Amino acid sequence: MPSVPLPGCSPRTLPPALRGRSRLPCPLPPARPSSPRGVPRMIRQPDPKPEVLARREEIIAALRALVPPHPLSGESVIADPLRLKPYETDGLSAYRQPPLAVVLPSTTDQVAAVLRYCHANGVRVVPRGAGTSLSGGALPMADAVVIGLMRMNRILQVDFANRLAVVEAGVTNIGITRAVEEKGFFYAPDPSSQLACMIGGNVMMNSGGAHCLKYGVTANNLLGLTFVTIEGEILRLGGGHLDPAGYDWLGLITGSEGQLGIVTEVTVRILRAAEGARAMLVAFASVEAAGKAVDAIIGSGIIPVALEFMDRPCIHACEAFAHAGYPLDAEAMLIIEVEGSEAEQDALLARIRDICAPLSPIRLRIAATPEESAAIWKGRKGAFGAVGRISPDYLCMDGTIPTSELPRVLARIAEMSQHFGLQVANVFHAGDGNLHPLIMFDANDPDSLQRAEAFGAEILKLCVEVGGCLTGEHGVGVEKRDLMPVQFAPHELDQQRAIKSAFDPAWLLNPAKVFPLAQAAA
Amino acid sequence: MSAWLAPAEEGGVAAAVADAFAAGEPLAVEGAGTKRAMLRPVQAARTLSTAALSGITLYRPKELVIAARAGTPLAEIEAALAAEGQMLIAEPPSAALWGGGQATLGGVVAANLSGPRRIAGGAMRDHVLGIRFVNGRGEVIRSGGRVLKNVTGLDLCKLLAGSHGTLGVITEITLKVLPRPETAATLLLRVANTAAGVQALCAGLGSPYGVSGAAVLPDTPEGPLALLRVEDFADSVAYRIGRLQDLLAGYGDSRRADAEETTTLWRGIRDGAPLAAAAEEAIWRVSVKPTEGPGVLAAVQAAGGRGYLDWGGGLVWIAGPATAALHAAVMAAAGSGSFTLVRAPDSLRTAVPVIPAEVPPLAALSRRVKAALDPKGILNPGRMRAGL
Repeated sequence: MPSVPLPGCSPRTLPPALRGRSRLPCPLPPARPSSPRGVPRMIRQPDPKPEVLARREEIIAALRALVPPHPLSGESVIADPLRLKPYETDGLSAYRQPPLAVVLPSTTDQVAAVLRYCHANGVRVVPRGAGTSLSGGALPMADAVVIGLMRMNRILQVDFANRLAVVEAGVTNIGITRAVEEKGFFYAPDPSSQLACMIGGNVMMNSGGAHCLKYGVTANNLLGLTFVTIEGEILRLGGGHLDPAGYDWLGLITGSEGQLGIVTEVTVRILRAAEGARAMLVAFASVEAAGKAVDAIIGSGIIPVALEFMDRPCIHACEAFAHAGYPLDAEAMLIIEVEGSEAEQDALLARIRDICAPLSPIRLRIAATPEESAAIWKGRKGAFGAVGRISPDYLCMDGTIPTSELPRVLARIAEMSQHFGLQVANVFHAGDGNLHPLIMFDANDPDSLQRAEAFGAEILKLCVEVGGCLTGEHGVGVEKRDLMPVQFAPHELDQQRAIKSAFDPAWLLNPAKVFPLAQAAA
Repeated sequence: MSAWLAPAEEGGVAAAVADAFAAGEPLAVEGAGTKRAMLRPVQAARTLSTAALSGITLYRPKELVIAARAGTPLAEIEAALAAEGQMLIAEPPSAALWGGGQATLGGVVAANLSGPRRIAGGAMRDHVLGIRFVNGRGEVIRSGGRVLKNVTGLDLCKLLAGSHGTLGVITEITLKVLPRPETAATLLLRVANTAAGVQALCAGLGSPYGVSGAAVLPDTPEGPLALLRVEDFADSVAYRIGRLQDLLAGYGDSRRADAEETTTLWRGIRDGAPLAAAAEEAIWRVSVKPTEGPGVLAAVQAAGGRGYLDWGGGLVWIAGPATAALHAAVMAAAGSGSFTLVRAPDSLRTAVPVIPAEVPPLAALSRRVKAALDPKGILNPGRMRAGL
């Protein structure tokens, strides 16, 4: 069963009120068009290698010999043009390109065999998990073999005493938590696509989520990897222990976007969930007041498990969609969640209420029950869907900024919004500086799309200018590769390329991603 | 005595490395040099120190971010943080382990040294948000930034952390920090033996009560002790320690240590103090799965070593005679885990692998990555492995 690309933008996460022991069945992301409508656009790709295209039938036959049909799932090599369709794009579905073939291995040995063959024959390789990348990280090339890891979906080991789980790369993010929640444990990073996205992809993109301030991102929650090099060598990196001596392979590979090799098994840390969690909502008449509240909360020594900021357009969109009781007269709103026993939650929420009081909030609501927490989260959880209802299409940006720069950045974004003639709603993980502007446009209008893309690029440049970065959690992929020189000097990009070359001298692994194209081909 | 270079500016570091690159001459790279007795000795005519490259360059308490030049003494950073009620999350060991001195931030990051809070808050390398370093060609390279989430390009912060100056000379580091908890307390459990102690730690760490330190001291006047630390607001600490006491009652009698005793206890555990190692003895750290810790310790004790456990049982601190025989026993006991020869006389450090060997294809990658950053192999040659 091939995986189908997911909606480009989906609600970010399970509401934390539903996390922990009493985790409820998770709602599916609301349906929305999977891509901006209209004609798929071209992105500049290196020329396909003619000698590879000419050998297409031979390559497919060789792959079929290496990866025989799966006893239950059927054929493991897909080459029929119609059946290649689901693989021609990912979460960044504006770009499409069918690959030469798709291979669906079931074992690490098969992955190694395919890579060894591709290496020996100069064939490009594009690794793929669930295909939820929002930056085009799994976009194929015409002469590339896609290696899809969705059949490697077994939980291999759960070890509660040592607080770890060993899983194959195709296990979904939520699947790990599902496997350990019976004993009150969970896997912490919770990207918005966690129902569908796979841990192998999470490793490659160093996925985050809404709870990074307290629990960190993927890189902070790994213990070991089974990693296959382009030469087909199978390496066991790390294991069940912390901080192995030697170079930090886990750290280098995590977030490398498929540039260095393919991960087939992952050992993750699992954590015992807190006794409970509860949310509050506080709304302000100005962005500045909300920013001061964030500063004051952090300055007080409280580390909330979530600290979410929404601006006025976002509040309005969410309220129209979810009827969560959000204050429509507010310029900015925070959703704050704390963890602990009932009494600990009460104490922390009361402290935060007192911290906010001098900033004259125009609304402040503390949930008394988990149900009231869920109600507060309801609108935020549906933010992307809500924006999707008021605009035909939107681009979901993903920059990071120092928290102190938020008022200035939002003011500049408002000016740009005027300039480009496009509306924008802003969601901000105030705890970790991750800003998600949602730029609304109409994909049936090519001019509108062009303006939206230009607007998005300007926002990311602004993020870098104020001390942030181009991407907080979606990755560079093809989407932002040409913006890399905004953040890095040429010799710094060359240094990164040299490290890639140390793993992949012929640049066969996920080429044309991450690095600006002109030099990447050189 | 080798020539000593200690530039006060990043440009001076870059120039010194560029000169060495042009001449093809190796450099011993260090901060204040407190960890010279760690890993392997470096043979180089010249030493490049970052000790003069000092000072905090950015501190935004409300953003939980601090940046400092590599040679800034750890103590200076800890004092600046304490003045704002904040702290380094990974609780890195002081230089007491190597006989004292002022460890630098760059040295601690280059060694990726973490203390007891590692199990709850992450390692030193987990909090490096951004880094500036000079590669082996004398170029200044930046990676990361000053924000928590950042997936822009390859993560060279983590690659440089723990590379002991063999891939680049770190010149500036930006770290995530956290508020210092209002108070702390420790539950001390009298356990039957080390294995029972680790079981108690596993139960505590598998509870919802936020344990931020978990150690077993096998040999105290009170007998074997399991220690569990909680750090938070006062009400929470009182509540959680009480719940842990109830939860772990079956493992033995217990008492509570207050905030002051807790500080002393964990500072000692952080710095290897329970080893009471003599100057001529060697010290190792072994990292394994927590439940394997007691077996590692037993095997090493049978070979003439002694030690204690941190990180819930997964970090085994070992001291004993600096002999190849005891080192071989430590290596064997570590099994598929990791070990580090943390301190030893040169004679032992030059004779044995000080960290685990890599399988041939991984060793080849190590060499290629080293060459990508340091093409002439001039930065701390042989520090981590012979011939690299």
